[in-house]
Amino acid sequence: MSKSPEVGLLQVLWLGLALAAGGASADTLGLGRPALAEEIAAWDLDVRPDGTGLPPGSGDVLTGEGVFAEKCAACHGDFGEGVGNWPEVAGGQGTLDNKDPVKTVGSYWPYLSTLWDYVHRSMPYGAAQTLSPDDVYAVAAYILYSNDIVDEEFSLNATNFTGITMPNADGFVVDDRAAREYDVWRAAPCMAECKDSVTITMRATALDVTPRDDVATAAPVDLIAKGQRLFSTCKSCHEIGEGAKNRSGPMLTGIVGRAAGAVDGFRYSKALKTAAGGGLIWNETALDAFLTQPRDYLNGSKMVFAGITNPEDRKAVIAYLKSHSAQGDTR
Amino acid sequence: MSEKRPNGTSRRAFLRGGVAAAGAVAAGPMRAETPDPLITEVQDWASGLGVGVDEVPYGLPIEFEADVRRRNVPWLTADTKSSVNFTPIHALDGTITPQGCGFERHHSGAITLHKDDYRLMVHGLVERPLVFTYADLERFPRENHVYFCECAANSGMEWAGAQLNGAQYTHGMIHNMEYTGVPLRALLNEAGISGDLSDKWIYVEGADAASNGRSIPLAKALDDVLVAFKANGEALRREHGYPVRLVVPGWEGNLWIKWLRRIEVTNAPVESREETSKYTDTLADGTARKWTWVMDAKSVITAPSPQMPIQHGTGPLVITGMAWSGHGRITRVDVSKDGGKTWEIARLDRAGEAKALCRFYLDTTWDGGEMLLQSRAMDETGYVQPTKNQLRAVRGENSVYHNNGIQTWHVATSGEVENVEVT
Ligand code: HEC
Ligand code: HEC
Repeated sequence: MSKSPEVGLLQVLWLGLALAAGGASADTLGLGRPALAEEIAAWDLDVRPDGTGLPPGSGDVLTGEGVFAEKCAACHGDFGEGVGNWPEVAGGQGTLDNKDPVKTVGSYWPYLSTLWDYVHRSMPYGAAQTLSPDDVYAVAAYILYSNDIVDEEFSLNATNFTGITMPNADGFVVDDRAAREYDVWRAAPCMAECKDSVTITMRATALDVTPRDDVATAAPVDLIAKGQRLFSTCKSCHEIGEGAKNRSGPMLTGIVGRAAGAVDGFRYSKALKTAAGGGLIWNETALDAFLTQPRDYLNGSKMVFAGITNPEDRKAVIAYLKSHSAQGDTR
Repeated sequence: MSEKRPNGTSRRAFLRGGVAAAGAVAAGPMRAETPDPLITEVQDWASGLGVGVDEVPYGLPIEFEADVRRRNVPWLTADTKSSVNFTPIHALDGTITPQGCGFERHHSGAITLHKDDYRLMVHGLVERPLVFTYADLERFPRENHVYFCECAANSGMEWAGAQLNGAQYTHGMIHNMEYTGVPLRALLNEAGISGDLSDKWIYVEGADAASNGRSIPLAKALDDVLVAFKANGEALRREHGYPVRLVVPGWEGNLWIKWLRRIEVTNAPVESREETSKYTDTLADGTARKWTWVMDAKSVITAPSPQMPIQHGTGPLVITGMAWSGHGRITRVDVSKDGGKTWEIARLDRAGEAKALCRFYLDTTWDGGEMLLQSRAMDETGYVQPTKNQLRAVRGENSVYHNNGIQTWHVATSGEVENVEVT
């Protein structure tokens, strides 16, 4: 089911070619069509430990610091330490045998290729596959630097890439459950008098970390309550309500009806400052447009957030923001 | 919402329904003091009309079942698009998980990908690199199989001890569906593979922004891996990889690539982020196991459980749960009511199927006393589900993954149930 007749025709042609070229042998069905070299190049991006798949390019720590500050730090912290619940990408060396090991690029990852490959294909979160190879080299160099693996003069490129050995390169063994566990646990199970006594050593209710049940979500909901639930996506960066502080995003108490960029002590992006200078007020219309696609609305904004596509959801979030703003108190 | 009982009927209706308040704890046969108006009075539904056909062109569960739904643990992750939620296993029975409540795990959100825009590339060490459309896939001979899909991190929060109070949260990163799809072997054959295949791998990758990719030995790919486009008879749901996902029977859920777009035959694993930073099992000494693909035998009692307290008082009680093994068929499940001192053999509802959920029941009598309920699964290889302490003795407490230890539920005399750990 092709979108245009031309594409359909091409497919038929390809199939014909494949058959003519003997592409379909007796035990194949002759389905599919040959993948073009350009198509394979577009999707075959993975990079292997030996450097296979790396494109040409280079980037140094200093450049990487700039890219990281602009495109990664909102979530991963200025030095890769992680903001709130967002993952840390630096630190944790020497903790792997501790009770709660801190597993990061520096403390845990066995291969540099994994870092390059993952950042290249999957980060920044919400805008994957937008970094140039040079930026990826630079950011990888900066993350290595943040983990004390290279010094600040370092520049990473396709040639010196395989010269870097990650600290935990030898930290892995291939699954040995068959040898270390299975034989032991294949014994005939005990059926009676298996232990003398049984005592309770731990209770989940003592910790009390289980989410409260809210059967209410199924019923028609109060808009503000819905907005409050949706605000959980914002919470990783924003606080709201009494005593709210700036986190990686400015505090949002009183935001509806307030001038943009007006929170003391928060380092806004140039883009937001410019808009604020132009008199941007966060009324409901502006918020709705901003939250649809923050970085379309404010090109260059530091708010790395994909946006809320559902208009009803935006309405609910704004209703919730309003309930924490002066005019919202009259609800 | 304390008026609501877990099955959605209100407490008032429950009492009015002829179950005398005293009856809830009485052991003997119940009797009604007054006639039950639900029987003696003509009810609206027995007189007027119900809804017509097409009222709901695609049916959803009736409103009284609204609490049977996926739930997440908000404090676990920063963003729901890089997160997980849990199947309401406590409220389900039988073995098939309805798609609408099967757990979700995304790394960059569930994408909306039209069938017409779907492309699957098979390339690498093949004779003919090929691109398939969705329509192409439907022209290969296809098969149907029921398999469980369990996230390697299922029960991962319980390594250091009892944390979350509900089977949904402790064991809900699992679902079990009937898949329709094409054996991956057929697609690889179409592209042509030859020579020494024993040391080859495939790298499989999704179309979403996380570009989630994993390396799998070619031997497994040629064995039972499916390229699936239907589950439980209908198209996959968006959150499960619509239009096409990989099904890797018995192996950890992260390998079951959703929105599958690329299969590369390689001579070595890629060592992607999902097979190094994640899905490796850190042991007590700080080293980690990698390539721990198989999900070992495991079971859990789904009712009674913290979200499913005993509300009917003493007398007949059905204890039920599910068991599964990535090594093959479940052959037996034992249940203990005293924290593992003595065990009874439970009834398997049907003979276990390989790498699929198996439902078990213990039809018993509750005397109103406290219980420490446990279940223990065995599979066709003779593997016996270990206790959590046995696992910790070998692995320590630092692994997030592959916790298949025996679960304990404490049943109080009130019928309330709690997640506990025992000696
Ligand atoms: C909006 C928040 C956000 C931004 C901005 C962001 N990331 Fe991430 N990052 C995440 C999340 C969420 C994950 C985990 C994704 C998942 O679920 O797999 C992650 C994972 C990572 C990881 C792997 C961590 C691990 O331990 O496995 C690395 C490395 C990384 N990001 C690097 C970067 C770099 C470099 C940038 C900038 C170019 C960046 N990120 C921008 C949110 C973000
Ligand atoms: C990844 C972190 C992050 C997330 C998630 C996030 N924000 Fe932001 N937000 C920011 C940052 C950083 C800024 C500052 C933007 C700038 O300076 O360009 C900001 C700015 C704002 C502003 C303007 C504040 C002002 O004082 O002018 C509003 C309003 C806002 N965010 C609302 C939201 C809402 C509502 C959500 C959730 C739906 C959300 N944000 C999610 C990081 C985030």
